[in-house]
Amino acid sequence: MILVGRPEDIPLGEAVRVEAGFGSKVPIAVFNVDGELYAIDDTCTHQDASLADGWLEGCSVECPLHASCFDLRTGMPSGPPARTPVRTHEVVVADGLVYVRVTESVEAASVETAA
Amino acid sequence: MRTIAVIGGSLAGISAARALREHGFDGRVVVVGAEDRLPYDRPPLSKEFLAGKAGVDDLALTTDADAGLDLDWVLGEAAAGLAPRGRSVVLASGREIVADGVVLATGARARPFPGDRISGVHTLRSLDDAVALREDLLAGGRLVVIGAGFIGAEVASTARDLGVEVTVIESDPLPLGGVLGPELAAVCTALHEDNGVRLITGTAVTGLAGAGRVREVRLAGGRTVAADAVVAGIGAIPNIEWLAGSGVDHDHRGVWTDAGGATNIPQVVAAGDCTFSYCPYSGIELRQEHWTNALQQPAAAAATLLGKSAIPARPTAPYFWSDQYGARLQFAGHRRPDDDVEIVEGGLDSRRFVAGYRRGGELVAVFAMNQPKLFGKWRRQLVAPAPAAARLS
Repeated sequence: MILVGRPEDIPLGEAVRVEAGFGSKVPIAVFNVDGELYAIDDTCTHQDASLADGWLEGCSVECPLHASCFDLRTGMPSGPPARTPVRTHEVVVADGLVYVRVTESVEAASVETAA
Repeated sequence: MRTIAVIGGSLAGISAARALREHGFDGRVVVVGAEDRLPYDRPPLSKEFLAGKAGVDDLALTTDADAGLDLDWVLGEAAAGLAPRGRSVVLASGREIVADGVVLATGARARPFPGDRISGVHTLRSLDDAVALREDLLAGGRLVVIGAGFIGAEVASTARDLGVEVTVIESDPLPLGGVLGPELAAVCTALHEDNGVRLITGTAVTGLAGAGRVREVRLAGGRTVAADAVVAGIGAIPNIEWLAGSGVDHDHRGVWTDAGGATNIPQVVAAGDCTFSYCPYSGIELRQEHWTNALQQPAAAAATLLGKSAIPARPTAPYFWSDQYGARLQFAGHRRPDDDVEIVEGGLDSRRFVAGYRRGGELVAVFAMNQPKLFGKWRRQLVAPAPAAARLS
């Protein structure tokens, strides 16, 4: 599992990016939606842009470059330009710390709730 | 309607075809493309593809999902004429496609540098263009880029990364000044010299010289610049000549449409780079040669053709981006020369900032360098300028 940080490091409506090399080959973004934490691959599947820089609306993040929207729960894009889902990852909160368990496929991961 | 012909096989064409299906059209959709390949994405041609970081497969715009749309592709065939009232399209081969509705999505082509064709001189619009240019760049040597617009700057940046010696020549004293205004244009222009690219401004190119292959670029005033390859990035020309005699209103600026892509002919709509359209956000007619417009405008045009309402309640601000010298530039809105500019985030010196353009106190446009997240925040605060009286003449 990858250590992300403390829950208070990820404020409501914000995202943090975990750079590649800390237990994952690619950067991962962790979002706080009304107290629920979601983790997805940080790089838009359409072109090189960081989804952690994107616009968060409900459970959807809009890529800052071309406005592709991804569902944080499933990783699915809502429409073009992106046609490929991003991977979702399980978020685990244990001993007051936030971790991500990296998924190896493009299956939707179940999400633990941050208390 | 039983058959709709989409004329144009690039981003606007595939977007129109998808939109027709999304709106429930279940008749025949014929997509005609002048290039002999399925739609591909052009922005990477000056960046990742030219750099060798992306291949042909990475550029594909169509996916497995498009296979289910049941589109009839006619590729490698340019349209040559549209019958009056838009009931049929004649292709260059003489083949005729009869249709109840037509979407014009023929895009634009790169403006060639005037004069005789000479080897080693490039423009960049198609995949083949990019392949040929990359071949010349990999041979090393000296590249001269004519025009310091976004395409010119992106090519210069990519060539520099490939280790090529680059000179950029721009006739305007201040490149991008017309787009961004003097202060911000100066910041972008500085990126060239920051990255070891020589920039010559306020100087026109008068000719290219070389025996069989370009050897030098001649400048007004008698100076010459040695060149092993040349790229002209001096604008684009909408592909509308084939519409002569069709009755569709158009001129050198493009096909005239309203905000919903309607032309003056009921069964004919248009979208993308070939259009000169009323923009509800800007309050004027303009040609938006931007990727996002080619992605979004076809949805409105398809709705218009099918007799559905096409105008979104809230006008979308025009948007474009450019990646050059490791910097990400983003612009949204509509700027006029007399708008006030202020830096609203960061600072110019840090090359990380957001600038706002105000008109009568309202935020009408926003420009960012290396601030995608904050750009997204400010972009959502844009206010459409009060519509100006605009009339096509």
